[in-house]
Amino acid sequence: MGGLSPIGMTKVQSSMSSLSSSVAAPIDAAPTATDRRHINRLGLLVALGGITMLFAAFTSAYIVRSGGGDWTALELPAVVWMSTALIAASSFTLELARRAFRRGSLSSFRSWSAATAALGTGFLVSQYSAWLSLNAAGIYLQSHPKSSFFFVLTGVHGVHLFAGVIALLALFGLAAAGRLVPGRSDAPTLTAIYWHFVGGLWIYLLAVLSLLG
Amino acid sequence: MEHGKQSFVSKYIFSFDHKMIGKQYFTLAMTMGFIGGILAVLIRLQLGFPSKPWPFLENLFPVGMAGGIMTPEFYVSLFTMHGTIMVFFLLSLLPVSGFGNFLIPLQIGARDMAFPFLNMLSFWTVVPGAIIIIISFFVEGGAAASGWTAYPPLSAIRSAIPGSGAGQTLWLIGMIFFVASFTMGGLNFVVTILNLRTKGLRMMRMPLTTWAQFVVGILGLLSFPALAAGALLLTFDRSLGTSFFLPAGIYIGDTLMPHEGGTPLLWQHLFWFLGHPEVYIIMLPAMGFTSDILATFCRRPIFGYRSMVYAIGAIGTLSFLVWGHHMFVSGMSPFLGSLFVVTTLAIAIPSAVKAFNWLFTIAKARIHFTSASLFGLGVVSLFVTGGLTGIFLGTNATDIQVHDTYFVVGHFHFIMAGAGLFGAFGAVYYWYPKMFGRMLSERLGKIHFWITFVAYYAVFFPMHYLGVSGMMRRIYDPNVYEYLQPLQPVNLFITISAFVLFAGQLIFIYNYFASMRRGAPATRNPWNATGLEWSTPAHPGHGNWEGDIPSVHRWPYDYSEPGKKRDFTPQWEA
Repeated sequence: MGGLSPIGMTKVQSSMSSLSSSVAAPIDAAPTATDRRHINRLGLLVALGGITMLFAAFTSAYIVRSGGGDWTALELPAVVWMSTALIAASSFTLELARRAFRRGSLSSFRSWSAATAALGTGFLVSQYSAWLSLNAAGIYLQSHPKSSFFFVLTGVHGVHLFAGVIALLALFGLAAAGRLVPGRSDAPTLTAIYWHFVGGLWIYLLAVLSLLG
Repeated sequence: MEHGKQSFVSKYIFSFDHKMIGKQYFTLAMTMGFIGGILAVLIRLQLGFPSKPWPFLENLFPVGMAGGIMTPEFYVSLFTMHGTIMVFFLLSLLPVSGFGNFLIPLQIGARDMAFPFLNMLSFWTVVPGAIIIIISFFVEGGAAASGWTAYPPLSAIRSAIPGSGAGQTLWLIGMIFFVASFTMGGLNFVVTILNLRTKGLRMMRMPLTTWAQFVVGILGLLSFPALAAGALLLTFDRSLGTSFFLPAGIYIGDTLMPHEGGTPLLWQHLFWFLGHPEVYIIMLPAMGFTSDILATFCRRPIFGYRSMVYAIGAIGTLSFLVWGHHMFVSGMSPFLGSLFVVTTLAIAIPSAVKAFNWLFTIAKARIHFTSASLFGLGVVSLFVTGGLTGIFLGTNATDIQVHDTYFVVGHFHFIMAGAGLFGAFGAVYYWYPKMFGRMLSERLGKIHFWITFVAYYAVFFPMHYLGVSGMMRRIYDPNVYEYLQPLQPVNLFITISAFVLFAGQLIFIYNYFASMRRGAPATRNPWNATGLEWSTPAHPGHGNWEGDIPSVHRWPYDYSEPGKKRDFTPQWEA
């Protein structure tokens, strides 16, 4: 079975490559469990493509706007590094959770996914305190263009990360209700793909905010 | 799968069945299109009879037509909402969300879309968007009035004009619902087509309609997020005092606005990064329908299938590289402008490939003139007319002359609105039997076609002359300029033609609804067509095929093969 590779995308790639291959995968009637897995993973990847374009649009707006005469540098609050550490740790704990799930150790899986959700919540709290510390320094959303972008980018990213926390809690709930079957259920991998994506997105945004303008 | 009795709510309202969801989109899109058409009639009323009082209209629009005379503020709202409703809620919803949902599983041999729940959610996300857009007519200040492109500062400063207030806010909220719904739909299209094709259906055996929907799904997913980003930043500028799009030194009345440093051009870039692909989101399905319809009624294989597929892909790719041609007069660097000219004119190549392939399909064929094939031929005609005027607009040297004149209005009503609409009409006449198990009246269909075709040219062709003569787009009363006064008879002619065009659509609406009950019962494959959708029962139920899903053995255009008794071989026959 797939799903053992780090993110387990080989199946998705194979369904993408059927674009060029001469014979389509024989798919009949109701999709089988394996098909369903390809479908869900591809659907998630496509959705991530849309989210990527959203932030690509923000980035290009950021670059254009940073050429304006009133662009002011903004020292990022130190607490964003704490956020970064939390989100990096959460990706690590989520991988531990997936490893436990593959081993079939559901109680360990529950603990690690709860830990991941907690770290994710910690990230959101840390980001919020970054906002507060800017406010304390007299810098608000509308103060200058860079502060506007800081609040918008962290805010929109936070919303996406919050969706990930909900997914993690749902995962925890499913596991507690005994509805996740190791070797069959793909929800942990789907959640992990999303979570690592949103974590990577934060690293990207941090790079944009600290390196460009 | 449970195919037993369903309650009214689960069958007609919160349905998961792609065919029912497709029909729900139809109903919504036709309702919105009817409203958009009424707005067009009101616009033409003002241009044909500038500032003439129509006392009975005061009862309907007490503010906008106070004393029976249309106010300039109401006029500006009318063309803004006409554009918004037609582009997004008719021309995107009907061919893409409506036909895409209805046809993709039938054409690729799937029981349903990949994510039926998401599909249902997508429809019920766009409904509030549509309601909010309509409600915006009834708030203080009236509906949004910054054009369908919502350029700041008009759209960004709440006190700029009456429509910049609550109306613009609702416009933005409505659009955010639309974007959310449309991207969910696009995701479903892409995943369904890649994963749920039946046995033997290689990508290169798919009907061109499904190919078009596949590329449209990708275009929507990649371009609409840019509008979402822009709309969010615009909302912040409007309500939270940021200056993404607003420069310093804007006065409203005597008040200096507190903004500084922003640039309205940034919005234009974000908007047109969506806006141009959106044109092809509307056009590509029409091109797909036309290919399928012409092949069926010419009884010939579509000419150059492979080049048609590549052309769809090339048009989709290029559509992301041309947005700057909407901004030639914005003061962009002439060097950058030249690049956009090159990419824009490059689209002429795949477009010409498609047009010539259609012509070669038609050439020397014994065409069966049904309502569907007439509309298909109409698409070819409008596409060529609109395509040729597009060359003038895609070249910056000539565009600067005719920018923001009626030349532009004429152009896009041919290529995008017209070809898109005719394609959708053709598709309704062609696939209606599969939708409702009954046939539309061919007699009414042909009357509808000829009125629509003639009136369409009568309305939009003279607009090119108006534009070259200097009549500007979006003008409330051209007669305030002496040099435009001699054009008034042309405007009157256009207005009368527009009324005819609108009246012609009532025939279609009657035909559509009356035939659901009174149309002749349809057979499984009434047109002797080859596509997999025609292997389903005359009125397919949930699950589409009674037994197993048929396998596919050939491409969908095997018509008039030499040495065969029948002049068609369906995809599902070995």
